[in-house]
Amino acid sequence: MASENSRLRITEKDGITRVDFIDRDILDEANIRQIGSELLRLVDSKPALKMLLCFRNVEHLSSAALGTLITLHSSVKKKSGQLRMSDIRPQIFEVFVITKLNKLFTIDETAEHAMTRFSA
Amino acid sequence: MNGAPKNTPAHARTQVLRDQRTDIERVQDDLSSLLASAGYDDAARFAIRLAMEEALVNAFRHGNRGEAGREVTLEWRISAELAEFIVQDQGEGFDPGAVPDPTLDENLEIPSGRGIMLMRAYMHEVEYLPPGNRIRLRYMRAGRASA
Repeated sequence: MASENSRLRITEKDGITRVDFIDRDILDEANIRQIGSELLRLVDSKPALKMLLCFRNVEHLSSAALGTLITLHSSVKKKSGQLRMSDIRPQIFEVFVITKLNKLFTIDETAEHAMTRFSA
Repeated sequence: MNGAPKNTPAHARTQVLRDQRTDIERVQDDLSSLLASAGYDDAARFAIRLAMEEALVNAFRHGNRGEAGREVTLEWRISAELAEFIVQDQGEGFDPGAVPDPTLDENLEIPSGRGIMLMRAYMHEVEYLPPGNRIRLRYMRAGRASA
């Protein structure tokens, strides 16, 4: 699924596609475009995708990265899928709160918790 | 040694950035080290890094329209109390008031327009200087409990 130079680690378990970001910083526009393309390809790869985005490694992200997450969210919603996010560091979570994207996104504390929260 | 007056800038420099990613990363790493040595804690460095990322990317992307050969000038001074940055691009300037509030419910799903609000949220002062292609950002260490 992911290419050799992917910036994502993608695993499947119990019908849920888990995506871990490899990079600590999601800032570079070219990388963000690549990440966005990979995520959208995943959404297109199966109907009603259940996707978990795990931010465990992420220390910095930019407004461009937020834009990509919003586009992903819309795309998942259009395809009747489910998107959850987890393991967001407090400093990054604050960015979500400031931008009020915590109201738009479904955020769980840990990936383990998130895995149990997808609807059947 | 009696030391310099408390508000004397410890570091000040003007830098010209030409390559968006390479130069931004270099500047960010340099600033992070200087801020740490000036006593800025992790939350302060996170705030400044995030705001500077937005300011510099905006200058390259929107101000200079991503055109090769155009430069971004960064002036900064960092003391124990204040970190001040002025970013100037070679564009014609813009009106930040024209950017819709991205936190309104009707705008939440619009994928752009959050850079300015993040700068304002994480810095104490953000001011666009005429004709709109210069932005000044200030982070005051005293009086800021967290980012």
